[in-house]
Amino acid sequence: MILQAENLGWSVSGATIVRDVVLGVEEGETLGLIGPNGSGKSTLLKMLAGIRKPGTGRVLFDGRPMADLPPRSIAQTIALVEQQADTGSRITVRDAVELGRTPWLSALQPWQAKDDAIVARALADVDMGHLESRYWHTLSGGERQRVHIARALAQEPRILMLDEPTNHLDIHHQLSILHLVSTLPVTVVVALHDLNQAMECDRIAVMSHGQLKAVGPPSEVVTEGALSDIFDVRARFLTDPVDGARIIRFQPAGQERP
Amino acid sequence: MSDAALSRARRTHWHWGWIAPPVLMAALLAGICIGETRIPLETVIKVLGNRIFGMDTGVDRIDAGIIWSYRASRAVVAACCGTGLALSGVVLQALLRNALADPYLLGISAGASTGAVAVTIAGLGAGVITLSAGAFGGAVLAFVLVALLARAAGGGPGMQAAGVIVLAGIAGSQLFNALTAFVIAKSANAEQARGIMFWLLGNLSGVRWNDAILAIPAALGGLGICLWFVRALDAFTFGADSAAALGVPVRRVQVLLIAATALVTACMVSMVGSIGFVGLVIPHAMRFVVGVRHGVLVPASALAGAVFLIASDIISRILIPGQVLPIGVITALVGAPAFALILIRGGRAS
Repeated sequence: MILQAENLGWSVSGATIVRDVVLGVEEGETLGLIGPNGSGKSTLLKMLAGIRKPGTGRVLFDGRPMADLPPRSIAQTIALVEQQADTGSRITVRDAVELGRTPWLSALQPWQAKDDAIVARALADVDMGHLESRYWHTLSGGERQRVHIARALAQEPRILMLDEPTNHLDIHHQLSILHLVSTLPVTVVVALHDLNQAMECDRIAVMSHGQLKAVGPPSEVVTEGALSDIFDVRARFLTDPVDGARIIRFQPAGQERP
Repeated sequence: MSDAALSRARRTHWHWGWIAPPVLMAALLAGICIGETRIPLETVIKVLGNRIFGMDTGVDRIDAGIIWSYRASRAVVAACCGTGLALSGVVLQALLRNALADPYLLGISAGASTGAVAVTIAGLGAGVITLSAGAFGGAVLAFVLVALLARAAGGGPGMQAAGVIVLAGIAGSQLFNALTAFVIAKSANAEQARGIMFWLLGNLSGVRWNDAILAIPAALGGLGICLWFVRALDAFTFGADSAAALGVPVRRVQVLLIAATALVTACMVSMVGSIGFVGLVIPHAMRFVVGVRHGVLVPASALAGAVFLIASDIISRILIPGQVLPIGVITALVGAPAFALILIRGGRAS
């Protein structure tokens, strides 16, 4: 168990955003986090990543309370790709990705050739190497998202946390990012809106109204009944005749079957 | 140059190490030579040699007095103030993610002016406290009040915190400006009001070496702290949460850097009044020249601030013969059009 959440809770101005989440993340697995808008996925991710102090409960990293670890060593282990992080600064793509080396550098550990190589590799991994000297404000939403992911990769984390990484991406880049993430030798916690994509994860955790409703293998957790309860939609599982993969088709809850 | 070499040059910035001293030295010498009475460079160098290296070259004693006691100290203080204010602007703009942040955002200049009028006009301290001490006290008091207000209003880390600090600073500035106006309206005669007006716009006339002894460590200390935190400042590019995810202890860095800029600014304001526009315009101008990475932006802004204020001081002394203008008037006359240009360029860029 590389990460363990114990009774995690967080509230703001009287509104409870996350409540009593107990969740373990296994080393090397890909854990998908699904749930409707406002179900507390982003807040839970931030607490798991150590950048938001839990209101109640605690997070254990390798069995040690995260609150006892210095931010720098957390950032050498966990990288978080937030939603919609933006800037007005005139930075280039490369500048943005180089920020990922921050936790590894200090006055005594200056930038080295090795860091250049890591940044170049991260840029290549997200297919942005050819745009490295472009300015941030000239990028499309999808390109920005890929730069954020490259920055997280440049942190060389053991755990990669992604908050809806495929938002703003065209289908080609959605699939290539998810494929890339699945091939990395790291633990991944990823919040996803596309439930068909979530089915590819090793395990899925379902959030609703700030609470963890279920966690387990996709085939056990994502069922027609659960989708109806949590997302208020009607879902049917179809089978791809070519390879037998199961695909979910959605319809509004009230609508009659055709 | 290869790409790798280019990126190394961009990052190591060693060239600032040898550009800065000669440029700064040239500016200081110009500041000493140029004035109502122009003093030849040779004389200046002789006097500086006598004073600094204990040489014994024969120079006119009046020239020596003007050069050492009056112009040299003044140029040094101008350089320190320019550096301190420009760095404060860099830090606040980076941490608060606000392009309009300047060193006076936190109520410091308003507090300093209240402290100054409390001493000179209302007679606080019964003549024991100097104007500078009063201004410093007022500046620090105003900053503490603004910081407490921001804290009480819930300034946790994040964009919201940055917004709260800006609003608290505006509230504090308004309060102290009103207090200043109140004291002037109630107690000041016309002569005092004019004097305080002059001081408020920034005035290097009274500075001597005892001011420089304060200003030099304040400027160098500020530069040292900023250089130590350049990577942390870069990490705020995508906001406080992103900085936290990159391992920056956000709260500690914010508190330490904001308190440091407040102290440096209070120190400068207490000596020379609130010289405007340096802290706002120099960081923006330098971003256009050297880029946004703080490893190069910090030293570039420190140097540019120093040179800009020395140059402004020279202009303030020679623009109208026989009269010294408040330096704040000059910096604003240059600063306002410069700022307008930045706005126009910024609008085109986006």
